This record gives sequence, C-alpha cells and structure tokens, in this order.
Amino acid sequence: MAKNLRWKVITIVGVLALAVYSFYPPDQKVRLGLDLKGGVQLVLRVQTDDALKLEVQTTSDRLVEQAKTANIPSAVATVNGPTSFTIAGIAPEQDGAFRNLLTEIDLTYDRSPGAGGSYTFTLKPNVVVQLREDTVNQALQTIERRVNELGVAEPIVARHTAADQIIVQLPGVSEVARAKEIIRSTAQLELTLVEQGPFADENAAKAVTGGTVPPDMRVMPGNMSGGVPGQAPTTGYYIVRRVPAVTGRDLRNARPTLDENNRPAVSFSLNQEGARKFGTFTQANIGRMLAVVLDNRVAEAATIQTRIDDEGRITGTFTTQQAQDLSLVLRSGALPANLVYLEERTVGPSLGADSVRAGVLSAAGGLLMVTLFMLVYYKAAGINALVSIAANLIILLGLMAYAGATMTLPGIAGFILTIGMGVDSNVLIFERIKEELGTGKTVKQAVAGGFDRVLLTIVDTHVSSLISAALLFNFGTSAIRGFALTLTIGLLANVFTAYFVSRTMFEATLVGRSPQKLSI
Amino acid sequence: MFQNANYDFIKWRWHAIFLSALVITAGIVFGVTRGVPLGIDFSGGTIVVVKFQAPVSDDQVRQALVNAIPGEQVIQAYGDPSENEKQIRIPQVISEGQGSLDQNANAIIAALRKANLPQFDVRSQDLVGPVIGADLQRRGIYATLLSILGITIYIGLRFRFAFAIGAIAATLHDVLVTFAFLFFFGYDLSLNVIAAILTITGYSVNDTIVIFDRVRENLRKNRKDPLEKIVNDSVNQTLSRTIITAGTTFLAVLALFLFGGEVLHGFAFTMLVGIISGTYSTIFIAAAIAIILSGKQAKGRAAGTRKAS
Repeated sequence: MAKNLRWKVITIVGVLALAVYSFYPPDQKVRLGLDLKGGVQLVLRVQTDDALKLEVQTTSDRLVEQAKTANIPSAVATVNGPTSFTIAGIAPEQDGAFRNLLTEIDLTYDRSPGAGGSYTFTLKPNVVVQLREDTVNQALQTIERRVNELGVAEPIVARHTAADQIIVQLPGVSEVARAKEIIRSTAQLELTLVEQGPFADENAAKAVTGGTVPPDMRVMPGNMSGGVPGQAPTTGYYIVRRVPAVTGRDLRNARPTLDENNRPAVSFSLNQEGARKFGTFTQANIGRMLAVVLDNRVAEAATIQTRIDDEGRITGTFTTQQAQDLSLVLRSGALPANLVYLEERTVGPSLGADSVRAGVLSAAGGLLMVTLFMLVYYKAAGINALVSIAANLIILLGLMAYAGATMTLPGIAGFILTIGMGVDSNVLIFERIKEELGTGKTVKQAVAGGFDRVLLTIVDTHVSSLISAALLFNFGTSAIRGFALTLTIGLLANVFTAYFVSRTMFEATLVGRSPQKLSI
Repeated sequence: MFQNANYDFIKWRWHAIFLSALVITAGIVFGVTRGVPLGIDFSGGTIVVVKFQAPVSDDQVRQALVNAIPGEQVIQAYGDPSENEKQIRIPQVISEGQGSLDQNANAIIAALRKANLPQFDVRSQDLVGPVIGADLQRRGIYATLLSILGITIYIGLRFRFAFAIGAIAATLHDVLVTFAFLFFFGYDLSLNVIAAILTITGYSVNDTIVIFDRVRENLRKNRKDPLEKIVNDSVNQTLSRTIITAGTTFLAVLALFLFGGEVLHGFAFTMLVGIISGTYSTIFIAAAIAIILSGKQAKGRAAGTRKAS
C-alpha cells in the first residue's frame, strides 16, 4: 500500500514537472493569439477560376499554333468559359491530321465533335478539382513567401475551412493596408514585344488593326512615359504580342534600385533558361519596343538598344516604398490567381494588452472566489481540491505550450471554465464522501467508497462535455478553436487531477492513521 | 448544505414546465417579432471600435459620420463609459466584387479624422464579408444541432430512452431559455455567444447525468419504490452538489463577466444565464420529463437502467 502510494506521488510530481518544464518560461513558450497580441487576421478566397481560364486559354492557343504548323491554318479557338474551349474551322479532309495533334490534350480534356468541323474541349472534372487544389496550394506558398519577406514574427498562413479559402494571421502588424496590398498583388510579370502604340484610347489602338485585334495580339493599357513618382501616370494603350518572351517564372531575383535620373526603380535578373530566351529575343528585335507588363498593364515600354541577357530594369513612377514592395512580390513569385478578401479583423496592440490584463484579472478573481469558498466550506479537504485544480491548470498550460497551441481570449475563458469543472468534480467526490461518512463508515472506507462511486459519473459528465468541445473545434474560427482546445485539454487533465491527484492526497494523509473524523 | 434534504420537487413539475414554456415562448415571440439580432460574424458588415482621448457623445459621432457614409449606422458606447470608447457598426454588406471589404472602415476613420472631435485611436476593426457570414451561420447551426445529437446518442447508450429524452429536453430548454434572455437583454449573436451556448449544452447535460446516475443507483437499491419517489430522492441527495457546483462555476464566470472586458461580455452573460437555467432544468425539468415519459407502468421497475446493465 505504502509502496503503491509512493509510485502514485512520483507519477504526479513527474507529470507536473514535465508540464512546468514545457511552459517555462511562459513569455517565451506560451504563444499569444492575435486578440491578445494585436495584429490582423485575413481570410482570402483564391479565385481558382482564373487559373482554369489561364489553362484553357494557353491550351487553346497552343493547339491553334500546332494546327498551323500541321497545315491547318483555318483553325480558330474560342474560349467558352473557365473550363472549356471550342476549335472551329477544321475542314473534313484535315480532320485526321487535326486529331493526330490531340493525344496529349485528350488526357486532360473531354472532347466532343460539333457541327461544321468543330470540336469542343472540356476539362475533365478530376483535372478541374486537381487544378483548383494546386492553385490554392500554390497561392498559399506564394503568400507564405511574401509574409516571410515582410519580416512578421510568427505569421500563420494556412488553408481555411472552405476549399478555396486561405487564412493569414499577422501578429503585431501596424501597416495593415500595405500588408494586404503585398499579399494580394498577383505580380505577373511578362516581357513582350510592342507591335504598335501607345495610343490615346482603346478604340484608336483597335482602329489601326482594322477594328479587330489579331488573335496573337492584345490591346493593353499602360503607362505613358514620364510622370511623377507616386502619382497615377497617364494611361495609354499598346498593341502587344500575346505570347511573352519571358515571364516572371524565369526571374532569379529582383531588388529595388535607382535609375539614371535617381528615381526609384526595380532591377531584376533572369535565370539561365530565361537569359537564353531573352538574349535570343532581344538580339532578334533590336530597334523595336519591349513592354514590361505587370498584371496585364504595361508598366514600361522602351526601345531595345542591344542584346540583353540576364539583367533588366523596370523604371516607372514608383515611390521608394513601391519599388521595394514590387521587388518583394516579384521575388516571391506570381500568384496563380486573383485573391479576394472575405474577412479582415484587426486588433490594436493597446486593446490586446488590455485584454490580457482583463483575462488575467478575471481568471485570478475567479480562482480567488472559488478558493475562499472551498476553504470555508470544505475546510482541510478544500486544500485538496485547490491543489488538484492548480495541478489541472499547470498541466493544461504545459500541454498547450507543448502542442504549440495559441492562447486567445476565449482560451482564457476556457481556463476559467476548467476551474469550474475542477471544482465540480471535487464537489461531487466530497459530497459523496460526506454521504458515506453519514452511513457510519470509517474515514478510510468513506474516502475509498466516495471515489469509487463517483468515477462513473465523472466519466459520463466528461464524455458529454468532450462531445460539445469537439464540435466547437470543428465549428472553425481560430478564436473559438482556442477555446475548444483549452476546454478539451482541461477536461482530460481534470480526470487525472480530480480523481487521481486528489485521491492520492487523501490516501497520503490517511496512511498509517485511522482518524475518527475527516475535515471535510 | 442541504444535508438530508427532502423537498418534493417532482410535485412542482407541471408548474416548472409551465414557467419554462412561458419564458421560451416569450423568447420566440421576441425573436420572431423583432428579428434575431445577428452580430456581424453572421450577418456580415463592418465594426470599428475607437477610443477617444476625451468624452464624446454618440450624437457627435453620428453627426461626423452621417454625411460620409450612407445608410444605417449603429453607434454605441463600448465597455465602461469612462473609457470613451465607441463602437460603430455598419450592417450593410458589400456584395462581392463591388468595392473592397475595407471601404466602409476606411470611410468611417476618414470621416472621424475630418470631424471636429478629440484625438482617437482605432482599437479594433472587424470586417466580415457576406460569404464568411453565411458560412458561419450555417456552421453555427450545424454545430449546435450536432452537439445536441451527439449528447443524445451518448446518453441513449448509457441510460434508458426516456431518460435520454429528459436530458435532451433539459439541454434544449437551456439553449432556448438562454436565447430568450439574450434577446431580452439585447445581446447580438456573435461567435463567442454561440461558443458559450455550445459550452452550455455540455454543462447542462453534466448536471443531469449526475442525477440520472444517482437514479440508476437508487433503482438498483430500492426496487420497490415508485419511480417518482426514487427520482425525487435522487434529486435531493445530489442537491448540495448541484447547488455548490452551480454556485462556484457561477462565481468563476461572474469574475469573467465583471473583469473580462467588453470582448467577452456576451460570452460571460450567456454562460451566466446558461448556468442558472442548467441548474433549474436539472432539478425541475430533466427528471420530470423522464418520469412523464416513463409512464405509470414504469413504477417499481428498474426504469433508469437498461436491461443489460
């Protein structure tokens, strides 16, 4: 019996020591949530349709290109929507040659023949799902890189509840507007040839090519040369090649710099593959205009003076800050799709500090009131209860630190409810012991009987509470999760402390003695 | 406390059911006629909380905003009036693709800066788009219903059917009564409030289980007694525990209500109401319904236990 008791005490001390070890020192190991630290939480939706459209557009362009080389010049493509396109103008005698081109496309597209030598291609459903999934993951990684470059401590970037949503938490960020802009810049860089322009408006540009734009060209708005840094430049329209020579994927680095007039600019360098392509391209087009296209807008158009291999510079009307931000987003890569903000919650640092104070105050207040009551009502046994509640809170804190969980304001509420539950279990046990004492049992028998009889009740009550805590966790939002997690850990720890710790304490005080009365 | 208590709770069962029905009906009437007050977590919208350096009236703030922002605005003091904090809420929702999510918040802050008001700090901003709001609404309802369903199944496994129904009736009762009080006192339904309600479902069942466990035990000991007596004895035997637990939990949550700050006010209030209602329903409603459902034939039999256990 005594040996058994020693092992129990060792277990308890060991568990508590581990718990303290894992959360000490608390200011380093317990992570505070945004509501306590201040910062911004954003929920974004990735417009995955954009990525599908791009895939469909590229595929149809490529197919038309291939058809031309296969001597089917009459083939034209129309994009019908984010997941399908139609190729028309295939004469019956060309049908066989055209279908020979389709082996690769048939892997990802369902094909159905239409009237008058046309085919409609639709992305296969599983490919659509996969593409959307890839797009969200790619966006997630890009956002992660950008947030890391922003230099925010302990940011969180993660998939949110719905499939196409991403949640971003930036603790302690004060320049919210700038952070938001950096996160959502698509930063699609293209270097492409200017065919004609600039024109004063879109119609003037179209008029040059006879009202319609040839399929391999695009009319694109852009900045006219000149302008004042930081101010919106005058808009002009350019006719540019649809297929760029080099894109942002070929970038190796980008950094802010100054141009020859000491104005902020962004210089970039290309990787090997990009340098090779760009070298050949500039060599072949000396004397013509090159457009630097950023997010479907011509940021700059300049004449190609000489062959350029791996270095380039974007000048425009940037402020120093804009040049920095642009280099940041270019370095981190383009987003595969546009982002829309769905939710934004900002907590100022002063409010966070106030909340910590309020949370600690109310937890201390709750603990104090409970302590007073337990000591007055249960006398010496009240100490038992308090020790087991304190042990519960220590284990709870330790497990939270160990799991890397975040402490939120609702989480503090979870702590307070854990105190409540700890009291509940102890009261349940003590009242039972009192009852057993009332039936004339000895102190030892009454203690043993009280604990034994209550165990089942404690299990039942904890399981039902765990069910609602689990559903709360599934319910979502990070703050509520913080609450559900604390509650869950608190409930589990409580079974250990209220039953095992409290019982061991009773046994320890009763060992080798047979008192007539119990202070309860 | 309450040693050898012997109150006849079961005698009052119909009165209790009537009283509860009254409160719940009033709550429903309130909810239907005045509409369920959804917070922006669920309805979408913009909330900005600012702290002025000197006292400012709600009207002054309203004057500053009325021309800058079209449509409905709700301005109220936030927390203790001496803190000079104001909460500005714009319920209308920007449909997706039309303007940016933060345009209302930016307009509020710009208008306040321009107006002739004391210096202020922006304490917090919550901007919730319609997609998120609708999504949370759906999930809030699912979570509450699933929580009740999960607990029903668990109790159904552990106790006899009539008792499971009693426990669930008590839980539903607490949820509805809590909603009624939230409506009466003008609290908006927010995420925190729903979290409190889910916690209440767990808590309320706790209390009930303690009594049912005792009923089960007493049924084994005193097979001859009628069910009414056994249930009433069980309620009495566990009465001190019920009251003490409710009392101490109430105290702990009261501390949260008093000192926890404005952010947790709705949460703490919901918990306070839920604890009182939970205790009441445990004593008066859960067992009463179990007895009513067990009917007369259950007298003298092991009504609380399943045959197997």
